[in-house]
Amino acid sequence: MSNHVVFEGVTKRFSGRDGRPDIHALGPVSFTLQQGEFFSVVGPSGCGKSTLLDVMAGLSAPSEGVATFEGHPLKGTVPDGVGVVFQEDSSFPWLNVTENVSFHLRQMGLDEIEIRTRVEHAIAFMGLSAFSKAYPAELSGGMRQRVCIARTLVTRPRLILLDEPFGALDQQTRLLMGDELLRLWRETGATILLITHALDEASMLSDRIGVMSVRPGRFIDLVETGWPRNRTSEIVSDRRFGEITGRIWQHLRAESMSAMGTQAA
Amino acid sequence: MSLVAKIRWAVIVGFLSFLELICRAGWVDGISLSPPTQIFLTALSILGTAEFYRDAGLTFSTVAGSIFAAVIFGFLMGMGLHRFPLVRRFLDPFLASYYSIPTFVFYPFFIVLFGLNRFPLMAIGFIFAVVAMAINTLSGLQRVPRVLMRSARVMRLSRWQTIRLVIMPSAAPYLFTGLKLSIVYSFIGVIAGEFILSGAGLGFQIAFSYNAFETSKMYGLMAILLTVVGSINLYIYAIERRIYSRRGGR
Repeated sequence: MSNHVVFEGVTKRFSGRDGRPDIHALGPVSFTLQQGEFFSVVGPSGCGKSTLLDVMAGLSAPSEGVATFEGHPLKGTVPDGVGVVFQEDSSFPWLNVTENVSFHLRQMGLDEIEIRTRVEHAIAFMGLSAFSKAYPAELSGGMRQRVCIARTLVTRPRLILLDEPFGALDQQTRLLMGDELLRLWRETGATILLITHALDEASMLSDRIGVMSVRPGRFIDLVETGWPRNRTSEIVSDRRFGEITGRIWQHLRAESMSAMGTQAA
Repeated sequence: MSLVAKIRWAVIVGFLSFLELICRAGWVDGISLSPPTQIFLTALSILGTAEFYRDAGLTFSTVAGSIFAAVIFGFLMGMGLHRFPLVRRFLDPFLASYYSIPTFVFYPFFIVLFGLNRFPLMAIGFIFAVVAMAINTLSGLQRVPRVLMRSARVMRLSRWQTIRLVIMPSAAPYLFTGLKLSIVYSFIGVIAGEFILSGAGLGFQIAFSYNAFETSKMYGLMAILLTVVGSINLYIYAIERRIYSRRGGR
């Protein structure tokens, strides 16, 4: 496996408005994502997880340090080959499922047959075939999020960034969506970075988990899960699953209590 | 027909029947109110006169001109207010109290500016309507979800593509409300202006009939005007419902 994304001493600062001090949101952070790796990031609220994703997506330029994707520096412009699924519903309410999923492909200028083939496959893959003509308002939250994933999937991104995509879903649906995500990851061979609050989700899905400190977010531990590539949500009953989740929680408990201004007991 | 529609029609027919009854029974005098059937027949006879079409042509062309100008200028004004927050903050108190200004006092100024023609009335309709369009455009642009803008960046859309494919469709319900209000306010401004200040047009004819005690003609003209404006509003309402039903009220 080769280095797909490289962060070297990346920091992000936001200038304070109306005389308020600057906010040091992230870093310095140094790590590497391997080609085809499934990497999750967990950390206390406000620690800079989404800022990290923004820098990696090219939505925000690093203040210091160097971030590269496939060897090209990330400087605040989204490079070709990156797909992002946001926590909020980003489906276009005025377009039906098929139109939503094909939207980006049309802007890319692909021919009609190619668009139809890719869209039908993505819709079927996400289990939305029966709803291809439905508008987002007619779908549940989970189905809308699947539309957003399908819209990202059809462009065949080499790097998929997921910002708490299952945050609004119930626990059962999250586990099932996790299975679908693993299936998607295996089929596409893409590199995935998942931002999540859910420790079990990170433990189940990832090859590696980055545990972040309170702001300014830095990695305080990188946990190798050692799961096989063809894993499913059934690994939640594996003894090691509990050990991994417990190890992450040990770090997060201290960080979260620190963030809340109390001492860990 | 739905139950609500049946009730709506029953109320309308009941109300007209009641008016017919009180007029025919002589409970109100004929100068104050004409029976609906007579109003209908008068309206039909008015529709057969050349005078009506001349006045209707003047009124509707003036309204159309003021709607067109208000929608274009109001849209650009809303975009400008969105683009320049400082200007928006400066204009906020003026916009908030805009409709408390008695617009008709500007009529002499518009006559000085445009001359004695239809443009002063068009200007009255325009200033009635333009701010409604501007405020709704601004509201629509302010309410484009941030996540859609971020999605547009991820899709690497150009600025023009983002405006055309994301911002405008997202703001469409607000733009449509602005358009609807602009139409209504333009009609109010122009017809009220004709009523008070003009020597031609449907508003003037209604006022003239009123002053000449031609009650049937006055009600006939009013009925025609209400039918036309009501039909336009119903058509717009149907389109608006279609837009909102797709979005499930989002």
